[in-house]
Parts: sequence; structure tokens; C-alpha cells
Amino acid sequence: MSETRTHNTEDYLRMYRQMVRIRAFEDNANQLYLAAKMPGLTHMYSGQEAVAVGICEALTDEDRITSTHRGHGHCVAKGAEFKAMFCELLGKEEGYCRGKGGSMHIADQSHGNLGANAIVGGSMGIATGAALSAKRLGKNFVTVCFFGDGATAQGLWYEVMNMAALWNLPVIYACENNGYSEYTKTKEIAAGSLIKRAEAFGIESFQIDGQDVLAVNELAETLSDRCRKGEGPFFIELKTYRYHGHHVGDINRDYYRAKDEEAEWKKLRDPITNFGKWLEDQGIVSADELVEINNEIKADAEAAVEYALNAAYPDPSEVDMHVYAGVDHALDYLPGARP
Amino acid sequence: MSRDITLAKAVNEAIAEEMRRDETVFIIGEDVAEAGTPFKVLSGLVEEFGTDRVIDTPISEPGFMGIAVGAAMTGSRPIVDLMFGDFIYLIMDQLCNQAAKIHYMSGGKLEVPLVLRANLGATRRSAAQHSQSLHALVAHIPGLKVALPSSAYEAKGLMKTAIRDNNPVVIFEDKLMYQDKAPVPEEEYLIPFGQAAVKREGRDVTIVATSSMVAVAEEAADILSEDGISAEVIDPRTIVPLDEETILNSVRKTSRAMVVDEGHQSYGVTAEIAARISEKAFYHLDAPVIRIGAMDVPVPFSPALEDLTVPNARGVADKARKICRGELVHAA
Repeated sequence: MSETRTHNTEDYLRMYRQMVRIRAFEDNANQLYLAAKMPGLTHMYSGQEAVAVGICEALTDEDRITSTHRGHGHCVAKGAEFKAMFCELLGKEEGYCRGKGGSMHIADQSHGNLGANAIVGGSMGIATGAALSAKRLGKNFVTVCFFGDGATAQGLWYEVMNMAALWNLPVIYACENNGYSEYTKTKEIAAGSLIKRAEAFGIESFQIDGQDVLAVNELAETLSDRCRKGEGPFFIELKTYRYHGHHVGDINRDYYRAKDEEAEWKKLRDPITNFGKWLEDQGIVSADELVEINNEIKADAEAAVEYALNAAYPDPSEVDMHVYAGVDHALDYLPGARP
Repeated sequence: MSRDITLAKAVNEAIAEEMRRDETVFIIGEDVAEAGTPFKVLSGLVEEFGTDRVIDTPISEPGFMGIAVGAAMTGSRPIVDLMFGDFIYLIMDQLCNQAAKIHYMSGGKLEVPLVLRANLGATRRSAAQHSQSLHALVAHIPGLKVALPSSAYEAKGLMKTAIRDNNPVVIFEDKLMYQDKAPVPEEEYLIPFGQAAVKREGRDVTIVATSSMVAVAEEAADILSEDGISAEVIDPRTIVPLDEETILNSVRKTSRAMVVDEGHQSYGVTAEIAARISEKAFYHLDAPVIRIGAMDVPVPFSPALEDLTVPNARGVADKARKICRGELVHAA
């Protein structure tokens, strides 16, 4: 663990708890899928918790993020609650998106989350546009654009990095390099160096261990402060690892990823275990207290799952609501569209 | 009081008035500032509003469209200038997957108030990649509103409504009409979406026409009147939402209908409107509903070929005459 800034105990414990909350959320989401209680499919974030938490802990509710189809972790880290998240995964009315987004579009908008996005690289424009709004309207918020290494193959990123650099926009492009672009090793799809791609636009860029929550947080604090001073944009490549397959149904994956490799990351580089050990070593918290935190969050998650399973589905009348802003029901607004 | 101004000037006035009224409105696109776009529609705006609000971009259509979506979600009201409607193919994901769906996918919590200015139309000798009329492509996607002004008057009123709308709105201007003049009031006015205009009243046949095809339909009506046939011309002005009632009322009166639009004939706007008339006014019809769209070929360069692909007044009048004389009833 790197640690050069001064954090108080409360900050450390909040970061620890947030990482545990993401893991607990994902464990339950995985179970819901395996038990066939969840519609659709979902993409697990487990293993990458230090990235979302390290970065989002440096942000305020005013700061914006855009997220990916692997978006639960960012959503939790930006301040979302379990109940509304599980309700969204199950398509329930009390979900953050009233059951219209599901796992791949989940977002707690009240904490500045502009949405998970099921198009790989699809939100890079949105994040950059939010940064343009901040600059033009004289607002002080920073936008972080989360995306995976697979998304670096999308042309949109190069277009918006060019404009973000030309216009000095307060945006941080955070690339979570988990080594795999869906079912293919990143080294098979990415030529050269990712960081040099951003540097080619004159964007100051960083590579960092994405398993070290304090290192990530320290960098995110520095860069978000610098964004607020007009020194953006920035690019960070965070080396991390996803514990599950590309999605929850990607169980037999030996053909593209060795079990030994997965075991090694889990054993040696788990962001939660390692941070917990560090907290113990520093005398900030005892082993028993960590277990207590874990158990309490696990119980919270299970209670939220129970709540969501029993929650109501949206009324059928909601099906044509929210198509157009300011229009109660789209099919009444589009005369003749109703069959 | 009104004066005759060009369609380009009408659009420029609409945007300038809204930018003065609301500082969150800005323009983004290629060559929009000093150049005022290749069609000069935005000339002078950068002098009044500065490069902070009239923003020149690199040639990066998906990039600046995506940026506009994000800006719209965070307190801005961007007007995106796409220069040519043909470039819609480049921005499809940002327009149709992002802008159109974000309000719905967020359960109504996020809004995307943006205007996309595109254009349509052939016969400018620009060949297949700069001559298309792609509004049907966009109209197919729930969440987008689509406006097709047919004169300077409509262009100004629809643009002002679009800028104040909290949804993504796509406005297609016909690129051959920028210099066409029409009376435009000096006082402020807005044209509500979903209200068709009856451009000419008639009793024998209804011609529903969009954009520059409104002028084609009016010319056809002149030709028909020489034969004693009275054509009613209806301009929907917005195709999403579509004022079905005005169209159906007209068909119930005339008992014959034609739809003219510059998009390709197959799977297009003409097909949609014709289908609705057939479904909902069937027993009022004395003849099949006739569609006239652009020929189903890429738009050719050669003037000798290009002119063949686009509906013209003579062709519209011929078809109208035939259905009025009962000559186009296909045998079962």
C-alpha cells in the first residue's frame, strides 16, 4: 500500500466498507443469476473494487461519472443504495431506473452517475460533454469516464480525447485494464501502448496498480483537484483483474484464461484482503472488527435482495412512460402509433 | 408585420433569438464559427456570441455528437450542426443508442435536450454520399422527434420549438431551399410539434407532402387545377409526432390520397403515412393510397440521371389525375 497523504480513520474505513459493499453486491447478483431469479444477464465487477472506490472517494456528489456494462461497482462507489440497485437488477418499480435500465444501464442519478452504458466505449462522448458543460457553465464539477481496455479499440475515444485536450476539459479517462476484452486477451487486440495513445494527444497520463485503493485514491484526488484548476484532461491506466468471466454465464473459460492465473490474482492481489491487512498492520482496525464489518454488509445485502425479490414490478402503464421528457404517455403523444 | 427572408436567415434568427434568451444554448459542429457552415446559415453568430458558444470542432461527427449528448444531460442545450444529413450514418450510436434512449433507460430521471441540425435532398449534383434524405431512419427510433420545415416560416418556428424542447429533436432542412424566401413575422412565434398545416384546400385528392416536396405538391396542384381537379396539400411539419388527425380528416373529405416525400420509396415515410390512411380511413377511400418517394437507387451524379430519381410536380400530377379517374385501381 502506498500512503503519502493524510487520511483519517473514518476515510480508511469508508473505503474499506465501500469495497466490501461492491463485493457483497456482486456475490448476491451472481447468486440471483445462478438461481435463475434474475432476468437478463450481468457482468461482475469483483476484483476491480479498488478502482471504483479509489476514484469515487475523491469525488463529490456534484462530480459526474459515466460507467460501463460492468457498472455495479461504479454505482455503489458513487453512493448508491443496495435496495434500489437490486430492485433495478430485478426489473422492479423501485429500481433506480424504474426497472427500465437493468444491470447494464444502472445508475443512481442523484449522486452524479450519468449511467452505465451497454455499448462498449459508448459513454466517452457523454463524459466529455459533461466536462464541456462544466467548463462552459462555470461549474466546478469533474467528470470521470470509466471504461475497459476493450473500449480503447473504439474510435470515439480518440475523437473526444482530441477535443478534450484542445479545449482543456475537466475530464479524467479511467481505463480499467483487466487484461481481457470480453473473451480475448487484451494483448491480442491492443497494439503498442495504451498510455502512449493518450499521450499522443498531449494528455498527461498515468499507469497505476488498480488493486491498491490508496494509490488510486491519491492519484484521483490529485487529478480531480488539477481538473478543477483547469489543468485537465487526464488519462489513467489502472491495471486490475476481473474475477469472473465476461458475464455471469461465462463459466467455462479455460480456453482463453488459465485457472492458475485467476487463483493467483485472488490469492495475492485481492484489493480488499490486502487493504484489510494493511489496516490491521497500521493498528487502525482489528481482524475481528473487519469480520464484523464484512458480516454486517453481507447481512445488509441479503436483506436488500429479499426486499427486491418481494418488491412490485412496474405497472403496465409505465411501458410507454419516459419515452419523451414532458410527455406522460408516448402512445398518446404519437397519434396513431397505438395499434 | 412580416417580411420576406430566406430559409437560411430564418434559421439563423431562430437560433440567435434563443441564444439571447437562454445562455445554456450553444452551437457545436464543423465550421460553424467564422465560416458559418458551408451553407452560411450560421453566419454572424460567432461575432455576437463568441467561440465559447459557437464551437468549431474537428471533423469528428461521433465525437461532437456524443459530447453534445453529455452536455445536454448536464445543464446545457446544445445545437449540433451536422453539415450534411448524410453524416447521420456516422453518429447513429450516439443519436439512436444514447440520446434517444437515455430518458427511458433512466426511468425518466435524465433528460437530453438537444437539437440536431441535419439536411436532406438531392438534385444538387453532389452524388450518392451528399444527397440523401435519411429522416425515415431517425423517425423509426422512439425517443427522437423529427421536424421537416417546408419554408422559411416553418424553419424558424420549428427551430425555436426544438431548442426549448427537453428531448432530442432532429431537424432536416432541404439544402436546396436555404435561399428560398418566404414571409416570416417579425414578432416571435413558435410552431408546436404535431400540428400539420393545410397548405392548400381542395376537394378531390389529398396530397400529403414533406419538406421541399410541399412545393412540388403545390405545383402539381396548379397543374391539376387546369384539368378541373382540386387537390388539397398537407404539410405534416413534424413526422414525429405526426398529426394524423388533420391528414385523416382531409382524406375523409377528398376520398383519395397520395403521399410525397424525398426519402427512398421503400420502407419510408410515404409507406408509413399511406399505411395509416389505409388502416384508418379505408371506407372513405375511392382509390388506393399512392406513395411517391425517391427512386430506390443511390443518388447518381450525372444531372441527366439524378433528376430522374426525385419526385417532380409533373409525375405527382399524373398520378393524381389517374387516381381521380379511377385508373390506378389494381386488379385483385
